[in-house]
Amino acid sequence: MAEFTMPSLGADMDEGLLQEWLVGPGDRVHKGDVVAVVETDKAAIEVECFESGTVGRLLVRAGTRVPVGTPLAVIEGATPREPRSAQKPVATGSRDKHATHAARTSGSPPPLPQKPAAEATSAIGAGPLVRHLALQRGVDLTALHGTGPGGRITRADVERAAPAPGPRVRATPYARHLARDLGIDLTTVRGTGDGGAVRAADVRTATRARVERPEPERAGARGREGEQHGHVAVPTDSAGEHRTDAMRRAVAELMSRSKREIPHYYLSTTIDFSAAEEWLRRFNRDRPLSDRLVPAALLLKAAATAAREVPSLNGYWQHDQFVAGSAVNLGVAVSLRQGGLLAPVIHDADTLSPDVLMAGLKDLVQRARRGRLRGSEMSGATLTVTNLGDQGVETVFGVIHPPQVALVGFGAVVERPWAVGGMLGVRPVVTATLAADHRATDGAVGARYLTAIGRLLQKPEEW
Amino acid sequence: MTVTHTPTAGPATPSVEKTTYREAMREALREALRTDDRVFLMGEDVGRYGGCFGVSLGLLEEFGPERIRDAPLSESAFVGAGIGAAMAGMRPIVEIMTVNFSLLALDQILNNAATLLHMSGGQLPVPIVIRMTTGAGRQLAAQHSHSLEGWYAHIPGLRVLAPATITDARHMLTPALADPDPVLIFEHGSLYNVSGELSAHSGPVDIDRAAIRRPGTDVSVITYGGSLPKALAAAEDLANIGISAEVVDLRTLRPLDDATIGDSVARTHRAVVVDEGWRSGSLAAEISARLTEQHFYDLDAPIERVCSVEVPMPYARRLEEAALPQPAGIVTAARRAVGEPVPTGADEGADAGRSS
Repeated sequence: MAEFTMPSLGADMDEGLLQEWLVGPGDRVHKGDVVAVVETDKAAIEVECFESGTVGRLLVRAGTRVPVGTPLAVIEGATPREPRSAQKPVATGSRDKHATHAARTSGSPPPLPQKPAAEATSAIGAGPLVRHLALQRGVDLTALHGTGPGGRITRADVERAAPAPGPRVRATPYARHLARDLGIDLTTVRGTGDGGAVRAADVRTATRARVERPEPERAGARGREGEQHGHVAVPTDSAGEHRTDAMRRAVAELMSRSKREIPHYYLSTTIDFSAAEEWLRRFNRDRPLSDRLVPAALLLKAAATAAREVPSLNGYWQHDQFVAGSAVNLGVAVSLRQGGLLAPVIHDADTLSPDVLMAGLKDLVQRARRGRLRGSEMSGATLTVTNLGDQGVETVFGVIHPPQVALVGFGAVVERPWAVGGMLGVRPVVTATLAADHRATDGAVGARYLTAIGRLLQKPEEW
Repeated sequence: MTVTHTPTAGPATPSVEKTTYREAMREALREALRTDDRVFLMGEDVGRYGGCFGVSLGLLEEFGPERIRDAPLSESAFVGAGIGAAMAGMRPIVEIMTVNFSLLALDQILNNAATLLHMSGGQLPVPIVIRMTTGAGRQLAAQHSHSLEGWYAHIPGLRVLAPATITDARHMLTPALADPDPVLIFEHGSLYNVSGELSAHSGPVDIDRAAIRRPGTDVSVITYGGSLPKALAAAEDLANIGISAEVVDLRTLRPLDDATIGDSVARTHRAVVVDEGWRSGSLAAEISARLTEQHFYDLDAPIERVCSVEVPMPYARRLEEAALPQPAGIVTAARRAVGEPVPTGADEGADAGRSS
């Protein structure tokens, strides 16, 4: 038996509104199934279940706001979780460290060896104090390895699994209120009040400072949204106007940070797309309209596959060094109709076939525009692709999504006079660009990457 | 409305009249006695002596002993008689010399006046008005100087008024008499000599509403009665150092006008409550609690209270001054609320009530 708890969908989230249940008692669920919709301050997010089993009692009614870690439902017959996932069910990034961590764990295929069920049941031996603490911290006792006598779970075990939250920020109620409205993270605000308490004036000062001279280290909620790799901010229909503004600010903050911190270098190459187009034509010939592939699917696939070949562009720049991504999780820039930008993630994009990739992309774009992305889809991008081909431009020089180190841009597939083997002909071509972090790589690496994309697009049949 | 009693003949009534709080009160009584036969004034020394504080001077001559009745030194008896008269259809105005003495009539006020309507199933309203002085500042020592209006504001069934301005002194009596429930009017002893202008066109005041006496943006100074002039003086001082204080005059201590108080604090985000009562269990405590209940998320600083030191009021002038809320203490509290550094030494004395 396991508990399905209110996940933390960002470090600034301490409670969430359980908007709706997508399962009911008695339903069979599998790890990764979407079981509920949780509304955070930013978006309605579909939350996945991390156990397989049968849904038992629903402990929290839809429409209720509960703190992170609150058990929402009992999942019966669930296999004990791996310790990692117990620690943070949905580690939607927030801070770089967590997100990379999550990306690494979720990306590396073989999970830690599962503990035998018998050992897990020893959790029942935990004393009331320990159980209370575990409940408070949202720790699944069945997933812990007890270090006490006879394998009993001790207080220290629980504390290791979920360290105590940081010291509470001393702030006046109005300052908290204001910080929430302005999207300021109180932990980043210097308090000038009694005993260092943050007052409204401090929040306003911090807001002004952010506008005038944004500091990445002290970047608040806005900045952190940016650090949630793969997503900037998610609007929902419910609070459209407000969120649109918030999104604009979030994009502004993130992009300013990128241009301020990252020494970009740019490469561009024009790729003969005729082989790819020929392949697409053959592929689409016998298919109904709805199943047909568009060039974007091949471009994404090529970008992902090339990233596997040139891993030094696939990952993060963190603490003055490059940390390679353990999988190719492709962020896809999606512009929203009401304005703003999202970059949801296609995990393990290099392993997916073009049509799976295509289906995934379509679904993702649709849901991104409806504001119904899942937590896991908003985090962990290791490389982002922006495709402005459908807007008719030929070349896009992008801005890197920090802390990633590269951004691939594709323009429209256009017919151009093209010389091959000394002969001039009209061929479809596409311009691929790369904006890369010069701290992490040099132009030669970038060139290798673009060349790889070009080469891959010549032989799509080999994928 | 009655024309002023001043004998000066003129072609037209002046639109603004120079008067005192005491005269305004007297004028209110005169108007009530003239316009309603059921109204009579009763209390110690209200007739021949003209009122302990001179409020009813001349009224005996004008209205006769039937309607301006001197009462024996027995608060319980004459307040009780007033309650009986009110139940019998009269509109008595009963004057008690000071709030300290009113405790002798507390049984009548609480157990009869405040409860009869309820206990009779709505059949016995008690439309009595009880006036009394309250407060310190005139070296009258402990038995004449306390501010116990907060105690009365604790009692359901009563309406408790605290006129702080000449206009309120002049125009609160009419709505008080119109109220079918017992109304207590607390007149701060230090206000009687305050003089100022009274518009001839001013009418009855709204006794359901608190008043913003001075608009401001940085901190709400919430007060009433005898502390209002101190709060206004403090607001003036605060303005000189760049702090914009809004002064809210409660006017009615029960029922409290939550809306006006709350709206002010929602705008300024900080509150200083000035109350001449003792801090523990005071009206200031009630207001502070309500603000926390209703406006917690608007508050940008702990609510400050400036109250009297919790001692029997001293006789010696300096000690009495030290025991009472003063403008300097209000300034200090307001500075603390807005987060301005408070000069060293300013805390002492001005802030004595905090520690007791």
